[in-house]
Amino acid sequence: MPILRARARPTGAAEKGGALTLASRRARNNGSQSGRRLCVAFLTVTSVPALGQASALDPAGAEASSIATLFWAMVVGGALLWLFVVSLMLYGIRRRRRVHDEWTAGRLIFWAGAVFPVVTLFLLLGYALWLMPQLRPWAPAQAAATLRIEVEGRQFWWRAVYHRPGDQPVVTANEIRLPVGERVEFTLTSSDVIHSFWIPPLGGKMDMIPGRTNRLSILATKPGTFRGPCAEFCGASHALMAFSAISMEPEAFRSWLAAEAGPARPQPSDGARLFVENGCGACHTIRGTAASGEVGPDLTHVGSRLMIGAGTLPNTEEAIARFIAEPDVVKPGSTMPPFRMLPETEIRAMAAYLKALQ
Amino acid sequence: MSLIPRQIETFWTLFTAPVVWAVHFLVCYVGAAIYCAKQHELGFGFGVVRIGIGAATFAALAIILLAAWLSWRQWGFGAYAPPHDEPTRLDRNLLQGFSTLLLSGLSFVAVIYVAMPALFVTECLR
Repeated sequence: MPILRARARPTGAAEKGGALTLASRRARNNGSQSGRRLCVAFLTVTSVPALGQASALDPAGAEASSIATLFWAMVVGGALLWLFVVSLMLYGIRRRRRVHDEWTAGRLIFWAGAVFPVVTLFLLLGYALWLMPQLRPWAPAQAAATLRIEVEGRQFWWRAVYHRPGDQPVVTANEIRLPVGERVEFTLTSSDVIHSFWIPPLGGKMDMIPGRTNRLSILATKPGTFRGPCAEFCGASHALMAFSAISMEPEAFRSWLAAEAGPARPQPSDGARLFVENGCGACHTIRGTAASGEVGPDLTHVGSRLMIGAGTLPNTEEAIARFIAEPDVVKPGSTMPPFRMLPETEIRAMAAYLKALQ
Repeated sequence: MSLIPRQIETFWTLFTAPVVWAVHFLVCYVGAAIYCAKQHELGFGFGVVRIGIGAATFAALAIILLAAWLSWRQWGFGAYAPPHDEPTRLDRNLLQGFSTLLLSGLSFVAVIYVAMPALFVTECLR
């Protein structure tokens, strides 16, 4: 397939996605060779940082830093306990040992075996419980005045709706932006299976359960781009279900949200016509055009997102063309049918049209 | 006539403290869950639930302390040293007293741990 051959030589901006494409192609051509498979896995992993940093130990949010502090307290506490137990063991197996009387042994068991664990567990439990209300701090009255982002997990992408106080909701997909220094409430749902929403550097992890609305509160403290993976196995493309979370200065965030709320301003082109003619609008919405489907991700401003395919490919015309041609290969198990039967020129025209939707 | 129960010889007193622990656990968790599910139909705030948990905790700790004292008495107030493994009536009695005392200690700590979330959680969180 010409599109694929063109993609096999990674160049310029498409380099990271190019590596991924190359690897997937190799996997299909030499599926039986486990070395190739390893190569695929490696390249897939190395292509991930394009979405942003993903370490819970490098926090950029209030909740994430209290979780990181809790983690380090546990690690240090665990290390001290380990040293204590190992030194007791060394004492017990030393070369010139003498037998303690029963009273001393009993006291050791009482203090080190009963009192010490009780006090240690009391402190650790108290610390973790003391953190709990801080990790989920909101009152119903306060929630009405703040930005609420509704995120719905679907196999294998994220639908995001920004509910601004006293304004129309803004629908987008696969990218979450939030203002630095302002608390944001997330309401998390799922329409198929259990997913899990997690932006490690910003806050805690919360499951998205069908038939239930879970809530999560996040206060970003630093601007940055972070990777949010789906943290609950949800099917064949679970590992390819991610989003980029971008924390921005409040003014920049507000102007971005205002732009995102507006309709697409497409130039009349072959791509725009073909998008509708080929039926893409039955599943995808591009506000301001005839496309108004609700099945797949909203594509109104898809050209401005960091990645496409829910964190799977870089946002380039090449990658969009590839996704249109073979979503079944890029994301196994996804509901989008492949369009590889279309002429390459049509696919390229649609990709150019989508990339221009900034 | 004394308020303190007479010493009786039965296997069942062994379970007093763990049963109090289990009942206290259910009262706290089931009570809080029911309150949070029906809080709009009930006319009081979460503070009442916390006070209730506090009261249940003090009651549970008091019963466990009483059970501990009774078992301490059964153990002869520590006059005999373990392991109480002779096949005699006295040793059987002492072993049961000592075991009950240890179980009371465990249950006492566990009841405190069960009640601790109520110190920090101030509303129904979902």
